Amino acid sequence: MRDEMTRMGAKELRTAAEVDATLADARGTMLVFVNSVCGCAAGNARPALAQALRHPVLPQQVLTVFAGQDLEATARARQFFPEYQPSSPSLALLRDGEVVHFIHRHQIEGRRPEAIAADLTAAFDRYCTPAVKSA
Amino acid sequence: MTGHTFHRDREELHGITVVLAGRSGRTYVGRYHERGSRGVIMHDAAVHDPTTAELDRDAWLERMRAFGVRVSEKMLIVPDEEAGEIRKFG
Repeated sequence: MRDEMTRMGAKELRTAAEVDATLADARGTMLVFVNSVCGCAAGNARPALAQALRHPVLPQQVLTVFAGQDLEATARARQFFPEYQPSSPSLALLRDGEVVHFIHRHQIEGRRPEAIAADLTAAFDRYCTPAVKSA
Repeated sequence: MTGHTFHRDREELHGITVVLAGRSGRTYVGRYHERGSRGVIMHDAAVHDPTTAELDRDAWLERMRAFGVRVSEKMLIVPDEEAGEIRKFG
């Protein structure tokens, strides 16, 4: 699962220090994926994210923490969106440190990856500046 | 594709966050596990009791749609005589 995330371009944060170094005072757009080792909802969320990351408009950074495994990193990441109840999997899109879009576990469960990806790409279109793709 | 999670040997709602309307007037939101001999088993549940809640039911549900389920019970059994309609939350 960790390899799956990095293959799709997500940066894994495994410690609170890594979370702080990346999220504290962050500017621009970033997607934080609170991953889950549970096969149910996360089994739809990961392919959904993979599809969404093929969209031409993307957040500047895509980050992931693994709930249930990297406890300290997950707890610290959640401190950056404290108004949202903890659940995994879930996805937070932040712009200049503010949550602009959030997808909860209950919005992932039982849905096709295509539908979840469509939610994500709509949020990317709304909140993210176009990514510059290297040749 | 059905609404099933990966557990195809379970009921279709297994693993799905649902709203359960209680016959007492309470409302339960949580992850459906199964309906067993003791009632409906839910995980990571929140309960709205209209006699004590600050928000009315609809506002409470709307808040949880936006900000997630505020879990008060890690595991909850809603007895059959209390359990009314069950539908997917969202």
